[in-house]
Amino acid sequence: MATQAQSGGGDFTSNLGRIYGIYTGGFAAFVILIAILERVGVPNQILGYMFVGFTILVYAFIGIVSRTVQVSEYYVAGRKVPAFYNGMATGADWMSGASFVGMAGSLFLLGYDGLAFVLGWTGGYVLVAVLVAPFLRKFGAYTVPDFLAARYGGNAARMLGVMVLLACSFTYVVAQIFATGLIAQRFLGMDFVVAVYVGLLGILVCSMLGGMRAVTWTQVAQYIVLIVAYLIPVVILSAQKFGLPIPQLTYGAALEQIAQLEQSFIQNGLAPATQKLHAAPFTSYSPANYFALILCLMVGTASLPHVLMRYFTTPSVRDARMSVAWSLLFIFLLYFTAPAYAAFSKLEVYSTLIGKPVAEMPAWVFTYGKLGLVTICGKAADSVATITAACQAMAGNTGVLRLQDFGINTDVVVLSTPEIAGLPYVIAGLVAAGGLAAALSTADGLLLAIANALSHDIYYKMIDPKAPAARRLIISRVLLVVVAIAAAWTASKRPADILAMVSWAFSLAAAGLFPALVLGIWDKRTNKQGAVAGIIAGFGVCLFYLVVTRYFPGFGVSYAGMTSLLNPITDAPLVNLQTAMAAPGAMDGWVGGTHPLASKVGWFNMNNISSAIFGLPVGFIVMMVVSRMTTAPSKELQDFVDSCRRPRGGTIMEEKTA
Amino acid sequence: MNPTPDDEHWQKTKRLMIIMMSLWFFFGYVIHAFVTPLNGIKIFGFPLGFYMAAQGSLIVFVAMLFWFAKAQDKIDNEAGFGEEE
Repeated sequence: MATQAQSGGGDFTSNLGRIYGIYTGGFAAFVILIAILERVGVPNQILGYMFVGFTILVYAFIGIVSRTVQVSEYYVAGRKVPAFYNGMATGADWMSGASFVGMAGSLFLLGYDGLAFVLGWTGGYVLVAVLVAPFLRKFGAYTVPDFLAARYGGNAARMLGVMVLLACSFTYVVAQIFATGLIAQRFLGMDFVVAVYVGLLGILVCSMLGGMRAVTWTQVAQYIVLIVAYLIPVVILSAQKFGLPIPQLTYGAALEQIAQLEQSFIQNGLAPATQKLHAAPFTSYSPANYFALILCLMVGTASLPHVLMRYFTTPSVRDARMSVAWSLLFIFLLYFTAPAYAAFSKLEVYSTLIGKPVAEMPAWVFTYGKLGLVTICGKAADSVATITAACQAMAGNTGVLRLQDFGINTDVVVLSTPEIAGLPYVIAGLVAAGGLAAALSTADGLLLAIANALSHDIYYKMIDPKAPAARRLIISRVLLVVVAIAAAWTASKRPADILAMVSWAFSLAAAGLFPALVLGIWDKRTNKQGAVAGIIAGFGVCLFYLVVTRYFPGFGVSYAGMTSLLNPITDAPLVNLQTAMAAPGAMDGWVGGTHPLASKVGWFNMNNISSAIFGLPVGFIVMMVVSRMTTAPSKELQDFVDSCRRPRGGTIMEEKTA
Repeated sequence: MNPTPDDEHWQKTKRLMIIMMSLWFFFGYVIHAFVTPLNGIKIFGFPLGFYMAAQGSLIVFVAMLFWFAKAQDKIDNEAGFGEEE
């Protein structure tokens, strides 16, 4: 079978370097063509449509060319994706629309504390490489629940795995489709709901016909677009301002100037004395919350099924390990550039806006103000008249912009950089194409993880184990479309909590899956009873903490011993519990985000983004204790663990590949 | 029945895992607990504590993973459990 598969895909895999080289050259030529068209005077909106249309056509082309009717091609790309290219595909799979567009903005707002995301989303790959991925690759899983079922003997563990997978992946995919809609709306002026369904089409053409094989090769193409689009504006900006096109080095000088400006603003009354300094730690999160967040993001990374399943596609266990290293390198390229974006934007705002008369704001403030993304004196900055009036009405404002008068949406930082640097529209179009590539590629991976769990784990393994390959693939495709439409429909309703839910996905995956995966490989004594109890306990505690702190805070205070979270700088409680609990509506359920207690109560001052900090240890302890109270796994299962630990020999899970 | 004892291959694998996890813990957490004193040191304008969280630890993570892939490969091959070419 191996030789057959080789000859089937050999032409393509042996020419990868040339194919993607030509692709990158073609993309560069396309960007130059757009630049020329811009010079000639073609309107920006048409250029924007060309940019987005061309890139989506290319992804669709790859998706259609890679269509397949083979089960192993559909689920694991035939296990012949070289480590280097799988690294690129993982990079695109991993970096979401929010990472691309919003991360730099979060760093702008949070300063040092935002680096918890940078650290958490990179350090997690150490856990992936050392503790989990190579062993799952040796086992030969098609999905993460596959491994749980084999190791913990049966469908109870499989079912729980699928539940956790659905809980963390669905909210995440909704957020990706939401991001697609926002990008198309902002750059192309499309209606949001129309844009969401157009994005849905872009996602389906990539994944439906070719499953993992198509998604892999599309993601490689998308990685190239997204990384080029992310680096170019900031490299040019760095060269303009500091004479060196390496933003990762030059932003040190920007940090220095920011620190000086912060001091002078405070002295001159342009900023409150309590102003958070950019490089000062623990102004938004307490140290305990900062480290807990890093831990939850890292462990979540090592448990998210759509990431782990990328390592099922490499030709060998050795390649799986190398591939994690390549993935992290490709992810690192974006994440170590994001703080530079944040620093340059902050310097721009500090040196050209703050302390200047409100009437003399530069044009980009109004471009984004009209979209409600920049506020001045509490009002969306849509015209000079609006903000002048708003600032006059504000006590203490003397017609000069103070730091506390200025508000910016996190998305603006990356989107506005081309404009701030005075670059032509072609670069802004490039950034839009990059953001779209980031959102589409992550959505592809997530949808596939969900559809595979439903079709392979639920339908094939639990409902109809005799189903022929052709029927399994049809079921899988139908489910993919159904899940995609459900996700797009949810996104088109603009759920308020969607961005917060994405960070919850990490905690849910960490508490639900990590103990079972790690102990399954590293502890032979862990058995079925322990695993089932541990997953239920860990995931349950995590979900309880999220839901209660966010939606039932009054119950948490009255019945679960929760107290108010503390201000990280002053250690004062965020809410006065006595007054808040006495107020009408304190005990309401399913409360909105504006409820005085929502997400402001908890145990031990722990923010609910880090809720796995409770679920994770509970999961580990319950799993180990219950396992040791019940009978040890059989000799067969222990031999199974041994063979997962040894790379030699074929995969353990055998599959009909017809 | 009780778990079968670990062979030499797995003991070496565990040792490498512990080394990797210690490095990960140090660069992921320990060093950032000293961010305030480290911020007193400036390199090219970067406060060192900020630099470690924004770039320093990340570079270490990338380098660690390439080294780990080689080291684990060597352990597998020495035990005769490496994959056939």
